[in-house]
Amino acid sequence: MSNVPDDLFYTESHEWVRVEGENARVGITDHAQAELTDVVYVELPKVGTQVEARTATAVVESVKAASDIYAPVKGEIVEANEALSSNPALVNTDPFGEGWIFVVKMSSPDDAKQLKDAAAYRQATG
Amino acid sequence: MTDEATKTTPLYEEHRRAGAKIIPFGGWLMPVQYTSISDEHQAVRKNVGIFDISHMGQLIASGSNAREWLNRMLTNNVDKLEVRGGQYTFLLNQNGGIIDDLIVYRIEAEKFLLVVNASRVDEDFAWLQAHILPDVELTNRSDSYAGVAIQGPRIGELMKAILGDDFELPARNTIADAELNVMQLAVARTGYTGEDGVEVFFDAKYAPAFWTTVLEKGKPLGIRPCGLGARDTLRLEMCYPLNGNDLTPEHNPLEAGLGFFVDLTKPNFTGREILAQAKEQGLKRRLAPFRMQGKGPPPRPHYTVYRGDEKIGEVNSGTLSPSLGYGIGMAYLPTEHAKIGTELQIEIRGQKFPAVIEKKPLYKKQA
Repeated sequence: MSNVPDDLFYTESHEWVRVEGENARVGITDHAQAELTDVVYVELPKVGTQVEARTATAVVESVKAASDIYAPVKGEIVEANEALSSNPALVNTDPFGEGWIFVVKMSSPDDAKQLKDAAAYRQATG
Repeated sequence: MTDEATKTTPLYEEHRRAGAKIIPFGGWLMPVQYTSISDEHQAVRKNVGIFDISHMGQLIASGSNAREWLNRMLTNNVDKLEVRGGQYTFLLNQNGGIIDDLIVYRIEAEKFLLVVNASRVDEDFAWLQAHILPDVELTNRSDSYAGVAIQGPRIGELMKAILGDDFELPARNTIADAELNVMQLAVARTGYTGEDGVEVFFDAKYAPAFWTTVLEKGKPLGIRPCGLGARDTLRLEMCYPLNGNDLTPEHNPLEAGLGFFVDLTKPNFTGREILAQAKEQGLKRRLAPFRMQGKGPPPRPHYTVYRGDEKIGEVNSGTLSPSLGYGIGMAYLPTEHAKIGTELQIEIRGQKFPAVIEKKPLYKKQA
């Protein structure tokens, strides 16, 4: 059974969101990294980019395939995890910690609350 | 390719039980990986791995005219095969285009086994049947045979552990009979990984028992079940072509750099005239192996290949090489752009990344 921390929000496309004031830190879930396995490259968004919710914002590549990572909320990219450039496998080894991908400054901080909570995400990935 | 996968191999339940991720491939539901492509890949390079290849097809051609007929149907020279010998060869259409790449074994003086690609079984059979000669019988035994590839440097130890200390591996590219309890096995010293290894064929009903035995005996040797993901990265490091990606009816074996398996001195085989002509006129394009330079995403099939501002082709096969740690691939390029050392750019999501053409194989085993 994959790990689903209770203090995070989740999307149907398997991103997690940690609300940090007006910012949303985003990564992919343990379930998602287990499905992808062997992350070998992460294409990060540029800081300053405006993103809409549910638009492709980053790309995570495994040996087998490239997968889009979607912005869970609308806003501006204020940080991207440069550590992934030299060590993309952090997405596998620590998906909810060192393996975070980007931070969005939310246009409307209430947007995060529209996302799934841990119980709903657990149910969805059953 | 549209892939309406409905067929399952006799090992499907074993794959499910082992937690494999299943994907459609050539009309079959096959394991792409059990744990991780990289781990499975490394198991084959360092120890040993087992692959389900039951999806591959087996055709039997027999009769007093079988040898002569196969020499007309296939590019390599069947006359060079002793009984029990095998060779890599091509089935071509009238235009010299590749219908399939396969291995033909001479299992008896007048009986041949053709091991063909899963997605091509019906097409191969129909083509061969349409061009059959008197005194040749062709049968499709694909549904009654199952098979596994067991590949890696510890193959010798493993086969002794399975079949007894007296068992010796057959010589390279030959096939031998073996027995394990009631199971009759055909053991061929061939593979698609660049490592020493065998491909073993047997009655489909024995598949789960044989699979389980190999995994049990291989446990102390570090064996892993391996999926199509590792099969692809292993073969691409060696620059072995994949039917459908690198070999299609639009390509001929000479462009693919596989002229060694085409005997143009044979008087007559399908596609011969066109290949001889193409060779004389000079090949217009070549399948070029390349590696990515510097950090960047791995190349994938259909990415555009540039030289400077000029689009010169597209990627046929591409992946991240688990052994080398960088992206590798193969692409058909105009001959003038296909020389070793040529600098290329691969366009990935709108951005160009540098690559360079290398000699094959892309991965060379450490002595």
